[in-house]
Amino acid sequence: MKNPEEIFNLLKEKFGDSILGIDKDTPTEAIISINPGQIHRVSKFLRENEELKFDSLMCLSGVDDANGEKIKEEDGSEIIKGGTLSVYYHLHSVDLKHKITLKVSTPREDPKVESVENIWKSANWHEREAFDLVGIVFLNHPDLRRILMPYDWDEFTEEISRHPLRKDYKNPEFYQGMKVPY
Amino acid sequence: MGLLDKEFSEGNIVISNVEDLFNWARLSSIWQLGFGLACCAIEMMATSMSHYDFDRFGVIPRNTPRQADAIIISGTVTLKMATRIKRLYEQMPDPKYIISMGSCANCGGPYWEHGYHVLKGIDRIIPVDVYVPGCPPRPEALLEGLLKLQEKIRNESLRKKSA
Repeated sequence: MKNPEEIFNLLKEKFGDSILGIDKDTPTEAIISINPGQIHRVSKFLRENEELKFDSLMCLSGVDDANGEKIKEEDGSEIIKGGTLSVYYHLHSVDLKHKITLKVSTPREDPKVESVENIWKSANWHEREAFDLVGIVFLNHPDLRRILMPYDWDEFTEEISRHPLRKDYKNPEFYQGMKVPY
Repeated sequence: MGLLDKEFSEGNIVISNVEDLFNWARLSSIWQLGFGLACCAIEMMATSMSHYDFDRFGVIPRNTPRQADAIIISGTVTLKMATRIKRLYEQMPDPKYIISMGSCANCGGPYWEHGYHVLKGIDRIIPVDVYVPGCPPRPEALLEGLLKLQEKIRNESLRKKSA
């Protein structure tokens, strides 16, 4: 069993600048920030290293940080330019009984993160969900389709209505001829 | 009801008119499409079980739309599901009836404002005969809805499509 500080130092030793920092001021596990282009290598190490053995990806979530520039539209709504979208990975080692959370942040205008599907199979549907609802593109994912929203959602909606859990999402007026707002 | 009131003395001939006979037959064996959507479906299943016994009104689930008379929209209708429900409805033969069960199917329910994925009322895509309010409605409420539907069918006319 290792504490977050020790895990962070192990990663820092191995990957250097790709490990961006650690946030220990959290109600649950400490959060280690990682470069989005390195997440696959780091994850593989976390899973295979004998001292870490993170064999379970408990949850993977996409988050809209909404930390960009907020621009008021004529109708009073806001759109967000710039800033980041994030992915959080909640890891657990069944063997060694320790936990850690990883975080990668990626620019809102071109959100690309490496997939960890071939390390933890549970990531497959979780990444599809983050892609569907927040719009994060996972590179090397074997089957990156929408999982909850209709497959033809894009054909009937504007750019701003593609991903419902973005903070500046606007409901479309119609989908397949059906009125969407109340 | 005027169906069985004119009986000949031997007991095996009755006189009725076609309208009453058809309506009586239809309202006494409403086969519902075996189909449930959310928590309302749990109540619908409870209604089918021995405590409430939907079958005593002639309601049995039928697993194909081709042989179903009614469809109970029991739960939240997402936009993705709405297109499928429309297809199922179109596959059912006439005469066909729809019971909208619960707040979600009636008007969107708790998802009315922020439910980006919910159709706000099944009557936006298919015509509803009976609305059953509740979240979810108890089996008694669904039975009441069914009785209302039976009442509606009883007053139908052959000359008009529905009463």
